[in-house]
Amino acid sequence: MKVSDLPPPVERDANFNFAYLDERTKRMIRRAILKAVAIPGYQVPFGSREMPLPYGWGTGGIQVTASIIGPDDVLKVIDQGADDTVNAVNIRRFFQRTTAVAVTSVTTEATIIQTRHRIPETPLHDGQVMVYQVPLPEPLQKLEPREAETRVMHGLADYGLMHVKLYEDIARFGHIATTYDYPVMVDGRFLMAPSPIPKFDNPKMHMNPALQLFGAGREKRIYAIPPWTSVESLAFDDHPFEVQRWSEPCALCGATDSFLDEVITDDRGGHMFVCSDTDHCRLNRQDDDR
Amino acid sequence: MYVAVKGGERAILNSYALLAQARRGDASVPELTLDQIQQQLRLSVDRVMCEGSVYDPELAALAIKQAAGDLVEAIFLLRAYRATLPRLGYARPLDTADMRLWRRISATFKDLPGGQVLGPTYDYTQRLLDFTLAASGEAQAGPVASPQSEAGAVPRVVDLLGNEGLIESHEPSPGDPEPVDLTRVPISFPADRAARLQNLARGDEGFLLAMGYSTQRGYANSHPFAGEIRFGLVDVEIEPEELGFPVSIGEIEITECQMVNQFAGSKTEPPKFTRGYGLAFGASERKAMGMALVDRALRATELGEAADSPAQMQEFVLSHTDNLEASGFVQHLKLPHYVDFQSELELVRKMRAAMPESGAEAA
Repeated sequence: MKVSDLPPPVERDANFNFAYLDERTKRMIRRAILKAVAIPGYQVPFGSREMPLPYGWGTGGIQVTASIIGPDDVLKVIDQGADDTVNAVNIRRFFQRTTAVAVTSVTTEATIIQTRHRIPETPLHDGQVMVYQVPLPEPLQKLEPREAETRVMHGLADYGLMHVKLYEDIARFGHIATTYDYPVMVDGRFLMAPSPIPKFDNPKMHMNPALQLFGAGREKRIYAIPPWTSVESLAFDDHPFEVQRWSEPCALCGATDSFLDEVITDDRGGHMFVCSDTDHCRLNRQDDDR
Repeated sequence: MYVAVKGGERAILNSYALLAQARRGDASVPELTLDQIQQQLRLSVDRVMCEGSVYDPELAALAIKQAAGDLVEAIFLLRAYRATLPRLGYARPLDTADMRLWRRISATFKDLPGGQVLGPTYDYTQRLLDFTLAASGEAQAGPVASPQSEAGAVPRVVDLLGNEGLIESHEPSPGDPEPVDLTRVPISFPADRAARLQNLARGDEGFLLAMGYSTQRGYANSHPFAGEIRFGLVDVEIEPEELGFPVSIGEIEITECQMVNQFAGSKTEPPKFTRGYGLAFGASERKAMGMALVDRALRATELGEAADSPAQMQEFVLSHTDNLEASGFVQHLKLPHYVDFQSELELVRKMRAAMPESGAEAA
């Protein structure tokens, strides 16, 4: 039996509405989510609110989660794959204080998973919702900062600029030099920023049974990948898309199939690699003990 | 052996306790009251209300106290508070000609109807530290102040120029459409002037000051004159549908700045003066002036002027005015990024390995 290792629940603060946002705001956000689901990969503008957490710290994801969460949901919050990094802890506490819903660290138990920078290693299943925190929703922004221009490019599906950028990488370095927030085509139509997940996670988005929602609070955009939608990482025929590989397994659980973080162990160049998905790692070790 | 860092929750709760202690400081020093902040730090209160987009001196004072005087943090607190408040309706346009003036100056006319009124200003103070304040000396008793012109409206300089047709007039758009509310709908580009002014009114004072300043130093060419700056009290009126006549719901203090700028004219229009507009809650002259300069600079395209300086670029200016967005995103760099960094680390190693001898040697 997989058991969450999170601390006990926090009491709900009755001074605030369920999930903090007022119901009118939730309705507005749900409408934006519905539109996003109807047009996979399209960035829907929405009236993002100032949240009690700073812009850039997950306010988009928080607003999406706050709009869809109900009393029976089970919430998992991760940052860099870990349930116990301070920002994940803080966001989880925020929802515990404002909803008192059950929380978990176990991916399969969760109905809503809010994440920053990772997709869990454990495959998602039907009925789950992934909520991504997105800093910069516009995949073309680094190439063309003016939104008035990028909007036209999306309208015309004119993504030549991005292909040229990737081509220039290959011409210069021999390979595509983008390692995270690696651009994808959703449902063969919209170019989309997957948020700064490592490209290692990109293939997990493709034909995923879970609903994937993306919230960018500061930039005031919501977008979505409905379940079972094609998500293709950009590549060329002679330079196919590849994910990162490590030459050694996780030093804690021995996994060879997970994204590994490098940890510096001394000041003489010593280092080790450990799973970035802490719960995956913990459960692997638990299985070994048995 | 490396052990994953746990206990984030306890660390966060401890940081709350330390913060509360640091905010309070030495407990033997009497605690600040909200009244004291409202009365004696009124310019801080004004700025927090203005950029926090709520006219509520008491809440602004509370935010300042809670933020230990960090005004951007106080603005954040107030904005987060207002975010979920219901919107009851629109006020009628403020009539600033009917302002009960504390202060009114014009840099374009030596004298004019209503006169020049300095009012409470730091402008002509000699910036010498006043050590009597340090010794908690009472302020010198002076004349008891009250707003001027209780007698009646003081015409605005732009209206005086307007009578002669020398300055552009600003009529409401055809049909007088309801302006977009940027607290409910995200800005889209190109943004109309109503949306731009809303954005600037909430914008960071320092940013607007710097952008306005840049227009004076050759990055845009707008030849501004401070046509008029006025500071005082105006009534806020609403007109409930069921009543059909306006009722006053209170008065607020505001600063209004009308910049007057040259316009060379075009094929269809004779030369005349154009306007840049600034409005801020409370006594916020620096903000109102910066805003007016930037407003005028942002009208470059509309007036057929070249728009190649930063202050004239809508998307550049309007996307970066908000100090909550800026502060949040800059400071989010404090959050862990080790997954992305790991990916970059691997990439840099790979690229270095691929380089001929030279680069890799240095390692």
